[in-house]
Amino acid sequence: MSTRYLLLDVAPLGGEATDVLLADGVIAVIGEDAQAQAGDDATVLDCHGLVLLPGLVDLHTHLREPGREDAETIRSGTRAAALGGFTAVHAMANTTPTQDTAGVVEQVWRLGREAGWVDVHPVGAVTVGLEGERLAELGAMAESQAQVRVFSDDGKCVHDPVVMRRALEYVKAFDGVVAQHAQEPRLTEGAQMHEGVVSAELGLAGWPAVAEEAIIARDVLLAEHVGSRLHVCHLSTAGSVEIIRWAKSRGIDVTAEVTPHHLILTDELARGYDPVYKVNPPLRTQRDVEAVRAGLEDGTIDIVATDHAPHTREDKDCEWAAAAFGMTGLETALSVVQETMVDTGRMTWADVARVLSTAPARIGRVSDHGRPIAVGEPANLVLVDPAARRTVEPEQQATKSVNSPFRGRDLSGCVIATFLRGRATVLDGSPCDESVVVSR
Amino acid sequence: MRHLLSTADLDVAEAVRILDTAGQMAATQAREIKKLPTLRGRTVVNLFFEDSTRTRISFETAAKRLSADVINFSAKGSSVSKGESLKDTALTLQAMGADAVVIRHHASGAPHTLAHGGWTTGSVVNAGDGTHQHPTQALLDAYTLRRHLVGDGGRADVSGRDLTGLRVAIVGDVLHSRVARSNVQLLHTLGAEVTLVAPPTLVPVGVEAWPARVSYHLDEAIADDKPDAIMMLRVQRERMSSAGGGFFPSPLEYTRGYGLDARRLASLPEHAIVLHPGPMNRGLEISADAADSSRAVIVEQVANGVAVRMAVLYLLLAGGDAPTSSQPGTTNETKVDA
Ligand SMILES: [Zn+2]
Repeated sequence: MSTRYLLLDVAPLGGEATDVLLADGVIAVIGEDAQAQAGDDATVLDCHGLVLLPGLVDLHTHLREPGREDAETIRSGTRAAALGGFTAVHAMANTTPTQDTAGVVEQVWRLGREAGWVDVHPVGAVTVGLEGERLAELGAMAESQAQVRVFSDDGKCVHDPVVMRRALEYVKAFDGVVAQHAQEPRLTEGAQMHEGVVSAELGLAGWPAVAEEAIIARDVLLAEHVGSRLHVCHLSTAGSVEIIRWAKSRGIDVTAEVTPHHLILTDELARGYDPVYKVNPPLRTQRDVEAVRAGLEDGTIDIVATDHAPHTREDKDCEWAAAAFGMTGLETALSVVQETMVDTGRMTWADVARVLSTAPARIGRVSDHGRPIAVGEPANLVLVDPAARRTVEPEQQATKSVNSPFRGRDLSGCVIATFLRGRATVLDGSPCDESVVVSR
Repeated sequence: MRHLLSTADLDVAEAVRILDTAGQMAATQAREIKKLPTLRGRTVVNLFFEDSTRTRISFETAAKRLSADVINFSAKGSSVSKGESLKDTALTLQAMGADAVVIRHHASGAPHTLAHGGWTTGSVVNAGDGTHQHPTQALLDAYTLRRHLVGDGGRADVSGRDLTGLRVAIVGDVLHSRVARSNVQLLHTLGAEVTLVAPPTLVPVGVEAWPARVSYHLDEAIADDKPDAIMMLRVQRERMSSAGGGFFPSPLEYTRGYGLDARRLASLPEHAIVLHPGPMNRGLEISADAADSSRAVIVEQVANGVAVRMAVLYLLLAGGDAPTSSQPGTTNETKVDA
């Protein structure tokens, strides 16, 4: 397969259509000269009607390896990521063993390279074993081959204010960021779903919005006090949006993410007690959905991150309380953003590039992703067909797990091709031959 | 009716039909030979993931009096604490040919999952799930209320009647109570007015969507509402400890604010009755005076429970015509431990 691709009649960031030549891993030519310089060996793709975006960057992916290879492996998860239009993912630290040492993060980084589907940037745990007590060796992880810049105990909250303060301060030495899973633990003991009208009726223990908001409020004040950078994971409530908006207006260096599922699903879905809708933080109300959409639109929320959380069938095929929290998302994220933000006229494709590529790359300090679509830039790109409609079939997805909340649902948009440093990982909406992907 | 999972699934006609059928069942129970042949050859499984001898015996008695075969499947304290075992248990019961599964489970929604998981074809009866629902308890409460408070205090024929206009106070740990949730919905469907009385810590966030008034003061609620019936909920003593959630400062303070004692009993309207789903914490939510008074119908609730559960099993498994025969039948009992 050729390593030169000529994209004809493609719309970069949804703008005016043009031709783009990818060669030698970079964007070689944009415009009329692209065809002339393509040469005979270039693969020509008719991209009429397609949008070209920088390859998507996920700041929040659970790849489950090492430890839960029955739910996902680095190989299966990154293949799913490529199909979803991603060229880089941040692999969360709650693996077994925990990604809390240089050795484990280097192993994950290396397995990601070997798989070749996307660049894997391991997230380092903030505390040893995610226990929230002692800082993990953050410096060693930062200096390792994996060059960790994002630290998170995700799945658990760094709830001790002193530990959180120390972490925020410490990572300044290597321009790191603490990504907080904001969940006050005492307020959420045994919590099963959003606390409100639906939980009251269903008799499921409530996960109150205040348990998220209280931690975010504390953390932005801590970040202000010590002059550090803070990232808030999967913000889910209207109140959280307000707090971030206030913090940014004060000049606090905070960024925030929302998941695709919190942009579109509500706690009403819990009524059937189907654990596929059990997620942490929980699905909230329609009012919260409106608020996170508005926050994403006005820039209060910086990015969309998947919180892709694959689980085995056993962990979901049971009563609600016994089921694991989490839902898959890599292969549906872009469609959900299109449907909720672009199709509704709230965002442009340039905005999509910002919230799904440029901004997450900047937050994660990933220098070669999330770049402008310009000559000389690395060819980490995704081609999207916004006019396509598709029905989600979890069994047909590349992720090893089937816990997608969108089963059977029609979604807008389809990833046609993904390029990692000029090589296609996905073409015609299908994953490329693995030998080609790996031999990059 | 295919399953009985929640009182929210019942409309007024269905609810009244169950109460009427329970009335017919109760009539057969006054006869010398109590057993009806109606469900002969049918299998009812009592699947209890949580201890409740009282509820299990009530369902067992109901099923046997309808001549059903009864299998008691006690899943508590065994390997059945991990997730998939509800599914495995359901598949086992399906293989045994269960026509109805009566399930008690500590997880809210487990009966719903059992009914809709595609694991069993039998009817599912919710015998209490977590803090969600306990529909047969609400039905037996409604039956008891109707018997005493509709149609001149009970001796007239009340079949076909609902509970329009009755005022019922439900007092205690509403937050953790499946009895309260079931009753609020059923009593509302039947036309009664419900006031929930509890300390604010024991009222769920989201209660504003319930068809009920909320009061934090029992004396005020009694004075303002003049309830026709007062239903005392069981309060678990561990709720006051810090580990249990610290919902109230001490048992004494709870009893002072929300316990039904002789003084409060006397302040109720003369015709008002006292209900309790049992088992009672005498001295905590109800004093011995109140529990043993002539106004208390707590013992009768137990008997009515059998009639109501007979009615539910009958309507689920036999449907159609009301029972008339008093032919004795035979039952077999099998005990299975999981
Ligand atoms: Zn998280």
